[in-house]
Amino acid sequence: MRYLPNSPAEREAMLQATGHKSIEELFAQIPAELKLQRTLNLPGPLSESEILEFFRQAASQSGRDYVSLLGAGAYTHYRPVAIDALLSRGEFFTAYTPYQAEIAQGTLQAMFEFQTLITQLTGMDVANASLYDGSTATTEAVLMALRITRRNRVVLARTLHPEYRQVLQAYVQHQGVEIVEAPYTSIGQLDMERLEASLKTETAAVVIQSPNFFGTIERVKEIAGIVHHSGALLIVTITEPLSLAIVQPPVDADIVCGEAQSFGVPVAFGGPYVGFLGAKQQFIRQMPGRLIGQTQDTEGRRGFVLTLATREQHIRREKATSNICTNQSLCALAATIYLTLLGKKGLKALAEQNLSKANYAAEALRSATGSPRPFAGSHFNEFVVKTPGDADEMLAALREEKIIGGFSLEQYYPELKNHLLVCVTETVNRDSIDRMAAVYARIAARSNGEPVGAMNQSPIRGR
Amino acid sequence: MENRIRTARPHVTRNEDLIFEQTSPGKSGVDLPPLDVPAVSVQEFLGKDVYRSDIEGFPEVSETEVIRHFTRLSTWNYGVDTGLYPLGSCTMKYNPRINEVVARLEGLATDHPYTPAALAQGCLKVLAETARCLAEITGMDAVSLQPSAGAQGELTGILIIRACLAERGNPRRIILVPDSAHGTNPASVTISGYEVKNLKSNSRGCLDPDELDRAMTEDVAGLMLTNPNTLGVFEEQIQEIARRVHAKGGLVYMDGANMNALVGVARPADFGVDVMHLNLHKTFTTPHGGGGPGSGPVAVKQFLEPYLPSPTVTQASDGSYYMDYNRPKSVGRVRAFYGNFGMAVRALAYIQANGSTGLRQTTQDAVLNANYVRSRLKDVYKLPYDAPSMHECVFSDRRQVARGVRTGDVAKRLIDYGFHPYTTSFPLIVSGALMIEPTESAGKAELDAFIDAMRSIAQEVEEDPQFVLKAPYTTRVTRLDETAAARRPVLRWKPAQE
Repeated sequence: MRYLPNSPAEREAMLQATGHKSIEELFAQIPAELKLQRTLNLPGPLSESEILEFFRQAASQSGRDYVSLLGAGAYTHYRPVAIDALLSRGEFFTAYTPYQAEIAQGTLQAMFEFQTLITQLTGMDVANASLYDGSTATTEAVLMALRITRRNRVVLARTLHPEYRQVLQAYVQHQGVEIVEAPYTSIGQLDMERLEASLKTETAAVVIQSPNFFGTIERVKEIAGIVHHSGALLIVTITEPLSLAIVQPPVDADIVCGEAQSFGVPVAFGGPYVGFLGAKQQFIRQMPGRLIGQTQDTEGRRGFVLTLATREQHIRREKATSNICTNQSLCALAATIYLTLLGKKGLKALAEQNLSKANYAAEALRSATGSPRPFAGSHFNEFVVKTPGDADEMLAALREEKIIGGFSLEQYYPELKNHLLVCVTETVNRDSIDRMAAVYARIAARSNGEPVGAMNQSPIRGR
Repeated sequence: MENRIRTARPHVTRNEDLIFEQTSPGKSGVDLPPLDVPAVSVQEFLGKDVYRSDIEGFPEVSETEVIRHFTRLSTWNYGVDTGLYPLGSCTMKYNPRINEVVARLEGLATDHPYTPAALAQGCLKVLAETARCLAEITGMDAVSLQPSAGAQGELTGILIIRACLAERGNPRRIILVPDSAHGTNPASVTISGYEVKNLKSNSRGCLDPDELDRAMTEDVAGLMLTNPNTLGVFEEQIQEIARRVHAKGGLVYMDGANMNALVGVARPADFGVDVMHLNLHKTFTTPHGGGGPGSGPVAVKQFLEPYLPSPTVTQASDGSYYMDYNRPKSVGRVRAFYGNFGMAVRALAYIQANGSTGLRQTTQDAVLNANYVRSRLKDVYKLPYDAPSMHECVFSDRRQVARGVRTGDVAKRLIDYGFHPYTTSFPLIVSGALMIEPTESAGKAELDAFIDAMRSIAQEVEEDPQFVLKAPYTTRVTRLDETAAARRPVLRWKPAQE
């Protein structure tokens, strides 16, 4: 086995040193009847070239030859090659949690830079060193708000990512927490009147997403006013943080969290990603996850350490602020490198390109279908389109053009039958957008005046 | 010559500023391609209340500077690639390079999670095959790859136990956790809405069936057991323990953090375990990445399959794969999408590279290495528990404390000898623990050097404890003031006040 450094002779010498006569003796404490008496039914052993062949084959059965207009919480952006060049350094990717600060200053300083970048982007005072992903970051933010307010009711915007809402539900299902949903208006924004009416004194937090799941930018400041009036905390989730380069940060929120996958982490069929969580200074000791702090060594030199560990499970056990042990350090490092590479100017220019492309696509589809976007609120790189005719038929027609045409909203929003969530990043070129619009125009012309066909497939398998 | 070296100013490689301090306006490390659609007037489009014109303090550096900055930072780290990393209970083993290559293949790294199933058969097949292999290795019947890391696997597993018992009529109130358990265990139990009851380990460091009996009432939902436990000792009574838990209507959860001691040798399903998690970043060589990403798949017996997180990857009658969302009894979803897919790719590549025989040899080497270290250090460091070790061995600093030196100090001095320290002060049932897990990735020569270092430090403790207390001496920074860091937390860079 090529990964094992010991030769048979070395094994023998070591075995002798232990005083055992056979390798079997080392396992004597396992009762005989519990020992496996056969080989496992597994592939291999395979050579490197065979492994590569297997995965190349798998990779060929993918959507890689298609233009993807999928967003909905995971965003396809160009990844500068410097990211993988740096991530591939063994000192970064084969290290672990920096418990021994003296030989982990690389990870620690990079994570301190990550925390700083997140605070700069979000307008929060402090940020942690990352969490699993956007959905768990949102859940941890809510748990944090429950601890801070000692209340047990949470209001979630219906425009918060549906899977994020499901994750929260799974986490708090046995904690006696009441979850209430706040609806959206005809322009695809949070309905503030209904929100205000739904707030009661026992509400711990209101969670909104901006840009929300429909891509619409929320009026955070006004929402914050309503929420704070009731004594609740405002949590703002951001799944497409590239928007923060051109959209005002939600400084009126108490906690800002979300998904930083957009920053140099591949979409990779859903993970690994990198959640972030920032908060106001006064909530620092209620934050979940790893925190990196600046300090000095015995000679007065600046250095960095894991800090405020007394919040954490390895010290506090059942009384910890969270059960989290790992963060997503390597993905957070990717984000740090990405943001550093693009920098102030590059990130802004990229965000402007995304907005321009999405706007071009939205306009193209408006003129192809002859109807305005269902939700008129401002968007960033994602928007909703109502398909002329059946949404599945549209997606199938686009696939003929090698385009994955977006995310069908009906599976999570039954009221939005034949609505697609379309994401246009810098990776989508004008030609693809024009071809998409041509398909829309063709189907619109055909189905003009005709009733919309009924859907008969199950929403998931039919995608 | 010597004089010149002494007067040279430290090179920046030993004194790298924060990236924010290297910024100079106008620079960027990327050039974007030209925009091929009309540019929107962004301020007008968003309106002046929404539009943001600047990100204050954000870096502005060239690509060259970015590469140098992070390369320099990396040299201040110690990784598995650098050398022995015997961090107990973390299984810091070699991360094969082929794993990294296949995880980055276009098609696997680039498929969006909402790619239609018909266009994502490759990714779905990788998930299904990884789950199948993990089920075979553990002997369990079904596996979910959704949990992001071990702690989330624990939470998922306890939620599964709760869902099952609730359906049987009573979810019960308590989960039993031995005092030797990882801190994540009790923390995960709390989130699941259960109360933790700690069980005392016996004189062998194991769970005693009689101690269990005293706690095991009809109010106990289950037992959470790590096997081998955190002392590296196999819970010999596990069958009897499981029998007694089951007899009172409870379920058995196994924390699979230490599976590197068992793969190919014994299967938890045969122990009477009902549900468990694995750590792909420990046993299955996905990189630790400086603290994540991890991956914590959950494996269950057939009767618990309906409660696994939704969705699960499923094979249709025509052989194609799809995500099944129709799971009415599921505990729900513990994260967005399907889990850390990229980690499943790497774990599968590792399993394929080894096959059954390679995995078994790997386990044997891991156990042999730990026993070799134990046998060669037990005369200088105290072994608090005499029970045989599997993949890791745990010493106590009792002898060194007599000279004023603690486990953490020995660890710091070990850095000067070129090794990453072992795990200090855990498990909590050992006062001043030195928890050493060499894994199979160290050869005899490296282990001998480590053993020599540990013996040498033991001697230093006898001869000059003050010297050990100030270690390390060879690192870029000396010991850092953790108390000051916690008292007045500085968690971000801010521009200097003018």
